[in-house]
Amino acid sequence: MNTRLLFSGNDAFGEAAIISGCQFYAGYPITPQNELTQYMSRRMLEEGRIFIQSESELASINMVFGASLSGVRAMTSSSSPGISLMQEGISYLAGCELPAVVVNVMRGGPGLGNIDPSQADYFQSTRGGGHGDYRTPVLAPESVPEIFKLTPVAFELADKYRTPVILLGDGMLGQMMEPVDRDLLNIKNKVYPKPWALTGCLKRKPQSIKSLYLATGALEELNLRLQERYRRIEEQEVRFQSQISSKDSLLIVAYGTMARIAKGVIKALKSENINVGLFRPVTLWPFPSKELKNSASGIKNILVLEMSSPQMHEDVRLALPSGFKIDFLGRMGGIIPSEDEIIEKIKKMLKSLRRVK
Amino acid sequence: MKVLYKRPYALNDIQTHYCSGCGHGIIHRLVAEVIDELQIREKTIAIAPVGCAVLAYDYWNFDTTEAAHGRPLAVATAIKRVQPDKIVFTYQGDGDLAAIGTNETIHAACRGENLTVVFVNNGVYGMTGGQMAPTTVLSQKTTTTLSGRERSIHGYPLPLLEMLKVLEGVFYLERRSLFSPSEVKKSKQALLTAFQNQIENKGFSMVEILSPCPTYSKMKPVENLKWIEKEVIKTYPLGRVK
Ligand SMILES: Cc1ncc(C[n+]2csc(CCOP(=O)(O)OP(=O)(O)O)c2C)c(N)n1
Repeated sequence: MNTRLLFSGNDAFGEAAIISGCQFYAGYPITPQNELTQYMSRRMLEEGRIFIQSESELASINMVFGASLSGVRAMTSSSSPGISLMQEGISYLAGCELPAVVVNVMRGGPGLGNIDPSQADYFQSTRGGGHGDYRTPVLAPESVPEIFKLTPVAFELADKYRTPVILLGDGMLGQMMEPVDRDLLNIKNKVYPKPWALTGCLKRKPQSIKSLYLATGALEELNLRLQERYRRIEEQEVRFQSQISSKDSLLIVAYGTMARIAKGVIKALKSENINVGLFRPVTLWPFPSKELKNSASGIKNILVLEMSSPQMHEDVRLALPSGFKIDFLGRMGGIIPSEDEIIEKIKKMLKSLRRVK
Repeated sequence: MKVLYKRPYALNDIQTHYCSGCGHGIIHRLVAEVIDELQIREKTIAIAPVGCAVLAYDYWNFDTTEAAHGRPLAVATAIKRVQPDKIVFTYQGDGDLAAIGTNETIHAACRGENLTVVFVNNGVYGMTGGQMAPTTVLSQKTTTTLSGRERSIHGYPLPLLEMLKVLEGVFYLERRSLFSPSEVKKSKQALLTAFQNQIENKGFSMVEILSPCPTYSKMKPVENLKWIEKEVIKTYPLGRVK
């Protein structure tokens, strides 16, 4: 019996959210994630859940805010320019300690940019993005099957830590179709009680959800509570994949679609007897700094690959002490580095290393 | 002894932070009275704006939240869709509802969301220091229209209810004021209707209340009320708009 289903990345985000118990979705069209909004418009109604095509991304994220404070799992999705519009709302979600899942299918920028795949929103996603002292967990799937694995994790993290969580993909992942094992669709959701939800004060005291703290010291109390939570997330929720052997002379660090391409590069080089390892952060925040340091310790030569200017590159440099040689290759504006240009770069790096020796 | 007048149960017994003569306190109370009378306190969820009324939740004895500036109607839309059995209302100033949040206002109205909106039109941005609001009437002085609002520089005042009137999704629109005890009563009646409509699933209902802001109108409270009665209602006629 055929146990595999074909999904595009965009549809996969939608179906995975539905399986994860997402009761509310609001979205505004933007390429390259339109299929996700379209998918939800059909499937959410089939499931008897709520779908709203909002008037803007500002409305989307604030609708998610309203659904979340009602105690249900809620999601919105967009692509880079729309995610910029949502930053105020994400900051309010963080300040009000409300769970939410936000999918960003990244495209080239700045400005209207283009509609091609890009990873240029790394800083925006991993540094908070909006105003104020906050962070959001960021999960970066590399494939359609992994979307089915990480979307439930995103909803769990959101509920567990009462925080917005970003699912970060790009136009390539959103548009690409891949087979998915039916088993991956059997997700068991952990249910988190939400006694803080606003459901009317029947049989309890009235409750309030807000982010305004005017009394001296009151806001810092919230800030400290959030920081403590962020430290716990950093300790407990790091995810990564490492593909390393003792023979490796170089380690690639890449995430999402870029890691997928790196895997092709590694395979091709292997046939030429050149051994290269891969370290793939799956959570971009918390960044797997310790894990990278451990994985890289025997190698010392690092190549960071990104579909953007050096952004994750900064986190790699922060993670690794001096003594590592950290190089970078990236393309911007929606251009995806080809296997050939990466292979050429790696060969050049290895050659210069031999010369140094 | 018979009690003729007491604090509504839905209103908390706390000290006010509003300036003397401000209309927000009266309107908070009217909302609380209506909620008591309709016996909906235990299933009400209110959305406070960003503006002077951001602290509305300190005064009300029911579930409350605070939306980003201008976004209460997006938040309210989702709460009501997720919890259709609850009574959901927004309480918004003119800057919140008719400037930064105009888009959310129009689209919630156009979708015909079954919500109640309390729209407090005090003609200025109170919280940020009395700047011009979209509703500021022509020749009114504010901290950003020092010699009075002039159409060639600042544009015209925004008649929001008249704009919303044409939308199919809108069920009830009424404009009232607070300049006399009988007007206060009429405001309460309009609020009662707007909440009753939601209970009866009739759809989007908004009550605009012309409200005094003596601090930034640079008028004494009574003078401010008289000015609304004589001048402001020329731009914003009272009554049922839809
Ligand atoms: C995004 C954003 N822009 C601006 C502000 C500053 N701000 C706070 S309240 C307000 C206007 C309030 O005026 P109004 O809605 O008329 O209410 P009032 O204070 O007069 O009751 C502004 C501009 C803000 N908090 N957030």
